[in-house]
Amino acid sequence: MNAIKKLGTLLLLITMPVAAIASGTGVALDRAPVDLEDKVSLQRGAKLFTSYCLSCHGAVYMRYNRLKDIGMSEEQIRKDLLLPEGMKLGSTMQAAMDKEAATQVYGVAPPDLSVIARSRSPDWLYTYMRSFYVDSSRPSGWNNAIFPNVGMPHILAELQGEQKLEISHGEGHEAGKLVLDKPGTMSPAEYDVAIADLTNYLVFMGEPAKLVRHKLGFIVLGFLFLLLLLVYALKKEIWKDIGH
Amino acid sequence: MNLLKKLLGWIDARFPLTATWKAHVSEYYAPKNFNFWYFFGSLALMVLVIQIVSGIFLTMNYKPDALFAFASVEYIMRDVQWGWLLRYIHSTGASMFFVVIYLHMFRGLMYGSYRNPRELLWIIGMVIYLMLMAEAFMGYLLPWGQMSFWGAQVIVNLFSSVPFIGPDLSLLIRGDYVISDVTLNRFFALHVIAIPLLLVGIVVAHLVALHEVGSNNPDGIEIKKHKNSHGKPLDGIPFHPYYTVKDSVGVVGFLIVFCAIIFFAPDMGGYFLEDNNFVPANPMKTPEHIAPVWYFTPYYAILRAVPPMFGSQFPGVVAMGVATMAFFFLPWLDRGKVKSIRYRGPIYKTFLTLFVISFIGLGTLGLLPASPVYTVIARVLAVVYFAFFLLMPWYTKIDKCKPEPDRVTFK
Repeated sequence: MNAIKKLGTLLLLITMPVAAIASGTGVALDRAPVDLEDKVSLQRGAKLFTSYCLSCHGAVYMRYNRLKDIGMSEEQIRKDLLLPEGMKLGSTMQAAMDKEAATQVYGVAPPDLSVIARSRSPDWLYTYMRSFYVDSSRPSGWNNAIFPNVGMPHILAELQGEQKLEISHGEGHEAGKLVLDKPGTMSPAEYDVAIADLTNYLVFMGEPAKLVRHKLGFIVLGFLFLLLLLVYALKKEIWKDIGH
Repeated sequence: MNLLKKLLGWIDARFPLTATWKAHVSEYYAPKNFNFWYFFGSLALMVLVIQIVSGIFLTMNYKPDALFAFASVEYIMRDVQWGWLLRYIHSTGASMFFVVIYLHMFRGLMYGSYRNPRELLWIIGMVIYLMLMAEAFMGYLLPWGQMSFWGAQVIVNLFSSVPFIGPDLSLLIRGDYVISDVTLNRFFALHVIAIPLLLVGIVVAHLVALHEVGSNNPDGIEIKKHKNSHGKPLDGIPFHPYYTVKDSVGVVGFLIVFCAIIFFAPDMGGYFLEDNNFVPANPMKTPEHIAPVWYFTPYYAILRAVPPMFGSQFPGVVAMGVATMAFFFLPWLDRGKVKSIRYRGPIYKTFLTLFVISFIGLGTLGLLPASPVYTVIARVLAVVYFAFFLLMPWYTKIDKCKPEPDRVTFK
């Protein structure tokens, strides 16, 4: 067991400086308050997603009826999410806009959002959707502080209002700050909650199984710990007769 | 009961069932002083079974087609009953296989398990390790994400740096001028049948060789030197029930770690499932940073540490190849009087520690984007890595060893 201790210390010594290096890169992201237990937040996020994002983006691996997992009834899914007439509940979420047309308008095809919360972190998404600012030099009239020169315009501008980027010149460096220029229909606090809901929903949509995964995990681990006790007791009993 | 006995007798007259059970399980004598490090052999076997079984069910739902592969993985994650669990078992199993194998190999280094008479056992084990790397590499292409695609692109391109035959060789591997649907199909075939078939066969050979020479132990001495009047080793105990029950403790302990990852952190912060692999493969868009999965990164760091010579990447590729193959020669590089680290002198212990530091250090650097400072560190660590092997005949010989005990130490 001494060897294990030595190895553990060794591992710790090696990984500590590396962790320090790794954490030093990247832009500061705001922490997304993701809570998959909050079904109401997930449902609000789903509504935002279907009414805004689905105009251009698809979520082609996500089926509408999967929203039952977050407590929505069939009727709610049809009515609240404005499911087009004749569309089956089991169909996947398709973008309203044609991909070719979208590419023409924005210069790039809007990426599918089914697993966006897995390729981009929730924190990134939460920060991204709150970091649009007016930029007349861009074709869309919008730019983003953490995704410079993004093709996407600020689709939620009516909710958030318009932000502008104020650059202050410090000693040898420039610091940018986003300031609300024209208010939208939501207060900044309300908008943060709305984006938290949307991020929450995107995390759920990225992996619907996550809702059951953790719960099941506790049961499985509980069983294994009990089994460990039993197996260990059995080992002790059988090894009793092994002398020195 | 009588009927069962009759049935067994009937079988034994036609097939060596009882004899095989006795020779390999109930009367296979293993040293009684196995410690923690001896769990990893049986665990590797279990992970192999887990991978095969979960793989079979994944194959039932996966589509090896560039147009459908990414979607079929998401289909498994969402629409297949328990599909997400199967997929996480398989993806976690791949990484845990390497965790277990690396610890199993480190055990061999610590206790001199590769030394006479176990040279062939060690070599067979190393073949398993190399095949496992091929298996993992090909499996990683199947989800058809950005990292699948570009990782394969980078690795296959390495072969094209081989002088003269390089371009043809990489063309032969890919079956196309770029990684494409053709590549995906052949990698699928190799991943699900060709390599697993060979792997299982060689694992059987590994076990047969082990049972022929008998297990080494933490003291690095032969238990066959002291036998009782029946010819059984005095310090040996039957594998069953003693080690079946002890290994069961190891299995359950391992499963706790395994399931904790599957249920609570299947992507392990991007190390087991990389973030960028949730973006479908796009041949037109190269990711900013391409890193292989963690178990390949020590060799990847060595590859990057070697500067191109005569405008060719080939020297780096050779260094990487030598780094993986060096283990094969250990039985003949080690000139120590004793096998186990318990009785080795300070020099071997120092070299082994430095080797572990270099391996883990290189593995970490291989995950990070290259920078001038990192490259210098990687070069130093690569020198340490090779020094462990190249200087071994010298430092194991001059090291001051302690006397080995006559019988195994058992508390």
